[in-house]
Amino acid sequence: MIAVSVGVATAILYLALLFALASWGDRQADRGQSVIDHPLIYTLSLAVYFTAWTFFGSVGLAQGAGIAFLPIYLGPTIVALLFPVLLARMLRIARAYGITSIADFIAARYGKSSLLGGLVTSVAMIGIVPYVSLQLKAVASSVDALFGPSVSHTLAGWGPDTALLVTLLLALFSILFGTRHIDATEHHQGMVLAIAFESVVKLATFLAVGAFVTWGLYDGIGDLVVRLEAIGRTELLTFAGTGMTYLDWFAHTLLAALAFVALPRQFQVAVIENVDPDHVRTASWLFPLYTLVINVFVLPVAIAGVLSGVSGDMTMVRLPLAEGFPLIAFLAFVGGLSAATAMVIVETIAISTMISNDLVMPVLLRIERLRLARRPDLTGLVLAIRRLSIFGILLAGYAFFHLVAEQFQLVSIGLISFAAVAQFAPLILFALYWREASRAGAVAGLLAGFAIWLYTLVVPAFALAGWLDPQILEAGPFDIALLRPQALFGLEGLAPVTHAVLWSLGTNLVVFVTVSLLSRRSDLERLQGMLYVDVDQAERSTRLWRGETRVAALKELLVRFLGQEATAALFAREERRRGHRLEAGDRADAELVQLAERQLARAIGAASARIVVGSVVRGEVIGPDALLEILDETSQAIEASQRLEQKSRELERLAAELREANERLRQLDQLKDDFIATVSHELRTPLTAIRSFSEILLDNPDLPQEERQRFVEIIVHETERLTRLIDDVLDLSRIESGRMEWQVTECDLRAIVEDAIRRCEGLFREHGIEVTADFGVSRAPVRCDRDRIVQVLLNLFSNAAKFVPAGQGRIHIELRNLGTDYLVRVEDNGPGVPKEMREAIFEKFRQVTSALTDKPRGSGLGLAICREIVQHFRGRIWCEESRLGGAAICFTLLQAAAAAEAEPRRRVA
Amino acid sequence: MSGKRVLIVDDEPNIVLSLEFLMKKAGFEVEVARNGREALAALDRDPPDLLLLDVMMPEIDGFEVCERIRARPEWRRTRIVMLTARGRESERERGLALGADAYVTKPFSTRELVDKVRGMLEGEG
Repeated sequence: MIAVSVGVATAILYLALLFALASWGDRQADRGQSVIDHPLIYTLSLAVYFTAWTFFGSVGLAQGAGIAFLPIYLGPTIVALLFPVLLARMLRIARAYGITSIADFIAARYGKSSLLGGLVTSVAMIGIVPYVSLQLKAVASSVDALFGPSVSHTLAGWGPDTALLVTLLLALFSILFGTRHIDATEHHQGMVLAIAFESVVKLATFLAVGAFVTWGLYDGIGDLVVRLEAIGRTELLTFAGTGMTYLDWFAHTLLAALAFVALPRQFQVAVIENVDPDHVRTASWLFPLYTLVINVFVLPVAIAGVLSGVSGDMTMVRLPLAEGFPLIAFLAFVGGLSAATAMVIVETIAISTMISNDLVMPVLLRIERLRLARRPDLTGLVLAIRRLSIFGILLAGYAFFHLVAEQFQLVSIGLISFAAVAQFAPLILFALYWREASRAGAVAGLLAGFAIWLYTLVVPAFALAGWLDPQILEAGPFDIALLRPQALFGLEGLAPVTHAVLWSLGTNLVVFVTVSLLSRRSDLERLQGMLYVDVDQAERSTRLWRGETRVAALKELLVRFLGQEATAALFAREERRRGHRLEAGDRADAELVQLAERQLARAIGAASARIVVGSVVRGEVIGPDALLEILDETSQAIEASQRLEQKSRELERLAAELREANERLRQLDQLKDDFIATVSHELRTPLTAIRSFSEILLDNPDLPQEERQRFVEIIVHETERLTRLIDDVLDLSRIESGRMEWQVTECDLRAIVEDAIRRCEGLFREHGIEVTADFGVSRAPVRCDRDRIVQVLLNLFSNAAKFVPAGQGRIHIELRNLGTDYLVRVEDNGPGVPKEMREAIFEKFRQVTSALTDKPRGSGLGLAICREIVQHFRGRIWCEESRLGGAAICFTLLQAAAAAEAEPRRRVA
Repeated sequence: MSGKRVLIVDDEPNIVLSLEFLMKKAGFEVEVARNGREALAALDRDPPDLLLLDVMMPEIDGFEVCERIRARPEWRRTRIVMLTARGRESERERGLALGADAYVTKPFSTRELVDKVRGMLEGEG
């Protein structure tokens, strides 16, 4: 018998050794030297799968059911063989999108759903409790088995029982171990090293104990089998001896396979802690090998136990003890302790990270009153949450142990947990391979599966433990036989676990698929779906983006997220490296795009960076809402800086608007100045003539009558010109400022044109101009200000009359129906308007002048006014070539019917 | 006073008419150009003693005419009086800088203009 003090001291020493190993690993990692970058260590860390369940439970199970323990290892073996396909893809996704846990992995896929993240965390937290309690029970039992009742006696003096002591010790150790660092994204290199070490310890001790039992106590495996035959228990070596059906066998294998993927600690070591995706290939064969080796002695030890009359989960300890080899028993105890601590450490670290990141922090951050978002450093809070979580999980495990698990075999307790986390498997597999899987489907499927798990496995466990009326199992709740937890809806004759697996996973799948097909996915869900399912293309696509965007666009993007200074520095560095300047208008090459993405990834995470860069490079991949939501993700710090960015962007925008407004004002001011200068010139010119001739008349009273007459006429003429100019300026300013009073009535455009021609008859005759008219319509109803349209026509006529050759002038007027508009065309046989002037003549004071013509007499505002008037009635006015050789000024007016339709309200107002 | 020739350059017929009347009345020989091109042609033929030069003309404006005249040494003796309807100080300075001898804003006092022209031509003797 080993002294308790020695045993406890050794256990504590062993834990201290683990701790030292982890610290050393972390220190090496801090120095940039990865001590776990080896496929062997990766594989050994995956072996955290083998817990006290394996170490003690398999033997216990094998004693009664022979090879029934095998499916639990067959499942992971199959999955390991699929690693190069399945795990490789999960690794790519986790890397690319900065995944920190299985909850994160699932939540991110289904539209960054914090609801789903919280749900997965909750299910994991609850589902894992039996599993933890299994470890506590195993360690406590091994302590009791090793040290006998004396320990219990000693402990009884202290008060607590062995299990509680083990619980508290493991809690303390896990907290010390797992929450030294806060950063969930960093690798826990020290932890992985310690876990790998533990995998070696449990394998070595199991082999040692197994070999000792097989060859030390007996004469090898053949001897054991012969003796087994002698007592007539050879059924332990057969399938029939398992008491399992093929369906049970299948269910257990499936369960173990799914759990191997979906257990938070397996996800932690396989995906999160992976330092090199290449390790997966080695693990794919090495892990099955480990599985095989650690299971080699299960049956021999079980048989030896049967032969020696030692049975139960603690056979590994009790058998050597009974045979008088306490050191071997102690070795078994250390192996079991090692297996249990490894499981508890990794599982609690994984789940406590999920609890703080996906459950508690999101809720706390949302509570405005706490003002957490504004606290500069949340490290203390996060650590406290994680520590409390670890403590809580272990206490819950202890409670479950006391309430329920004491009466169960280790293996049956473990299977309850497997069935719970197996509910994640559909969410993970659909995440990887089915684009249409929706958030609603995931939530509904998980909830349905979890509810059935509770009902078909947890409720019976509590009933069997006596906490619920066992009658519920026999007759169903309220005597409804269809609802019996272990024979739901009449599915009878199945082992409880098989029954629960079929129902919960089946329902999960059906609900998931149905709801996914029926629900609409948000932009973000679609996007994340694409990113997961097409992760291979997403990784390649950066290279395809080359040449589709400009340097300026990338720069702008970087400024938005990194700030002006950092971006400028980055570009300066890149230009120095390249040895030439990056011009704003250049196409951004793939290298630059990748550089931009890498920089962004540091600020907003890889996934967001890829998306944001992609949106710039490829036009819009996603809507701005989805983008914002993506940016709204993980940490509050990002949000805060985003808010700052937004503020500064708003300020920048305002400043830009202000500059623009200023510039517009400046331009308007310039235009006004020019206008006034031009008007002043146009006013001074007739005034000059008037003043000169007035003074000439004044100073020369003896001028001949004839000459006096001529000079006075000039004065009158120039005065008229002055008046016209002033009228035009006033007209134009009234129209432009919107102060013109329009007398809008329905009138006949043909009548208006005829009226205008009549008014100009004198002018035409005076210049000897031949006028022809061609009216395509008898009536042309329009809604407009009659006088203003007459003004337009008179202007066009007098312009034409001014330019036609003296004596041989020809003017042709046309009215046409264009469907919704009427067209009026005034053509002449003057010199015409050169093409490049045809727009300009409608601007103020832009008269056609050339060496060939005299300066036209007019205010220079006529056509500008015409344009204002026509446009006021939503018509167009333009100048084109005339068939008579000169200019043709055309304008359109909306037909009365069309005008009524187009804008009925404006006329009322 | 006789023998002095004045070239009137303006595109406004009525202003040309009044200037022509005034200059003839003052006893000068008068020639008329309707734009910058005609003015330069007239100078080529026979440089006048003085130019009454409007600024705002199409194609070749008064400033340009002034500049081209001052670029030719043989036309150095021709006096230039610029007439403008644009009253900005900056334009006045520009005209004088380009070599104009006087700068008159429209509308002008006919007596003052005639006195100015007479003074400039008499000073020469």
